[in-house]
Amino acid sequence: MLQQIEGSRAIAEAVARCRPEVVCAYPISPQTHIIEAIGVMVKEGALAPCEYINVESEFAAMSVSIGASAAGARAYTATASQGLLFMIEAVYNAAGLGLPIVMTLANRAIGAPINIWNDHSDAMAVRDAGWIQLFAETNQEAADLHIQAFRLAEELSVPVMVCMDGFILTHAVEGVDLLDQDVVDAFLPPYEPRQVLDPEDPVSIGAMVGPEAFEEVRYLAHLRQLDALDRIPVIAAEFAAVSGRASGGLVRPYRLEDADTAIIAMGSVLGTIKDAVDQRRDAGERVGVLGITSFRPFPLEAVRAALAGVERVIVVEKAFSLGMGGVLATDVAMALGTSSLHTVVAGLGGRPITLASLTDMLARARADELATLSFLDLDEGVIARERARMASTRRSGPFAENVLRDLGRPREDHP
Amino acid sequence: MFQVRFHGRGGQGVVTAAELLAVAAFREGRHAQAFPSFGSERTGAPVVSYCRIDDREIRTREPISAPDAVVIQDVTLIHQVDLFGGLAAAGYVLINTSRTFAELGLGELAARCQPDHLSTCPATELALEHVGRPVPNAALLGGLAALTDQVPLHAIGDALRDRFGPIVGERNLAAAAAAFEHVRAQREVVAGATAD
Repeated sequence: MLQQIEGSRAIAEAVARCRPEVVCAYPISPQTHIIEAIGVMVKEGALAPCEYINVESEFAAMSVSIGASAAGARAYTATASQGLLFMIEAVYNAAGLGLPIVMTLANRAIGAPINIWNDHSDAMAVRDAGWIQLFAETNQEAADLHIQAFRLAEELSVPVMVCMDGFILTHAVEGVDLLDQDVVDAFLPPYEPRQVLDPEDPVSIGAMVGPEAFEEVRYLAHLRQLDALDRIPVIAAEFAAVSGRASGGLVRPYRLEDADTAIIAMGSVLGTIKDAVDQRRDAGERVGVLGITSFRPFPLEAVRAALAGVERVIVVEKAFSLGMGGVLATDVAMALGTSSLHTVVAGLGGRPITLASLTDMLARARADELATLSFLDLDEGVIARERARMASTRRSGPFAENVLRDLGRPREDHP
Repeated sequence: MFQVRFHGRGGQGVVTAAELLAVAAFREGRHAQAFPSFGSERTGAPVVSYCRIDDREIRTREPISAPDAVVIQDVTLIHQVDLFGGLAAAGYVLINTSRTFAELGLGELAARCQPDHLSTCPATELALEHVGRPVPNAALLGGLAALTDQVPLHAIGDALRDRFGPIVGERNLAAAAAAFEHVRAQREVVAGATAD
């Protein structure tokens, strides 16, 4: 039903319809209204069964979310700015363990100097943590993205962060059409975990992984992000089929067809940018917009395709890397590509970088066989066997432990 | 698009006023967007909130710098902060006061505005009388409805009942209705004077 409501309220309602079983959060502006509203719903019994857990900090909020998710519960939390930084160790752990927690990030600047207003510095601070990061343009999209986020997170067993501009969206009262409960139920099946802590069937989650396997475990997590590039448009299309709305997806082009100039941005500023583009279009200029919805994984191919034919690209971003410049712009530059630039990921988790491997790398480069992105000395066999395990059974267990077990077995045991 | 900027002080329901106006416009089938200018969430500190109303989707997110109407909830802000910056030439001004524009030192502003686009209303007194609390926002919305014809009074009433429930909602609506009549009567006097 279409309602005129505060953005935070819309998110609370959308999250409640996803039936989270554990919500644990610590208040911080501009996210507080969301978890306050969910807290009231749990207390009044409107959201049940669900346990709302009060904790003393954001670090505890994410730690409880990790525990809840590992025990097989659908877990949700929300934070912003300094709160995200305070939980950052657990943020990395949630991703590294492959736990499908959904978190709202009500984007806010990071101090010092202290500042409560909106920008994207907080999201950028955890850009490389392994979470999927989706940016909402409107409150409608923010609400819709949360429903898609649970589906995506649980399908891939990876945490998803829905980023929405603090105050600009969270505190704006505008029209939001919330899906009925039965529609959400049909779209989002009950959580079926890949790994679960169960006293009847004990497993360990969170093993130490040394130089022998760390790179492979990280690479498996990277592959899941690439899987998300395939799944995000599919889930958005399925969502459009039941809602009639284009929410989510990888990128959102606007008036780009014949554009010679493209503006790229993320989040709520896209609305104002579209108004500006309409004005310039009326004046005869060929200007278009490319909104980035999925920042992580970054849709290199989709961005490249959308910008084909564009002569001038302007990236408007609400964060920057001090001493360097644009963050999103750097990713866009990678999408536009330079054939002479190669990335070789090496030495992760103490993996030795040997003279022989570097010599081989140079030989492949000389033969034009070096990919744009490659991983030095990656054990492809271990990767393939774990991917096969994941494909063959839903309850495939924690992949770090699987990789260690795989490497520990004598070679002849391998299928 | 019709853009309203509310000025008041923390505790006077400035943010709520913009939200109520947006809900009232939404009730009339229009697109609306309300949002606060945050940073001064302290009782008594100057607060600004915004409301846009349009017949099509509202995409812009920038603060309202060229309002069609300005609502002043607290006269002690006059000459203290920039209240009328960017006000459209045919813009509306509604002030919570029993005094005149000239008495408030706003003679120059009144001179460059259309007489029937200016109004004053003792909203705090009306709120005390009908609601029992010195919160002028609901009454000012009634006054704004009479001044600008952007939303009907019954839609303001719907928004008030939605927000505050039937009992407190009705009391607020009574304050809004009284302010509506006050401003309407004021406009009739101005119209009569112009006709003369």
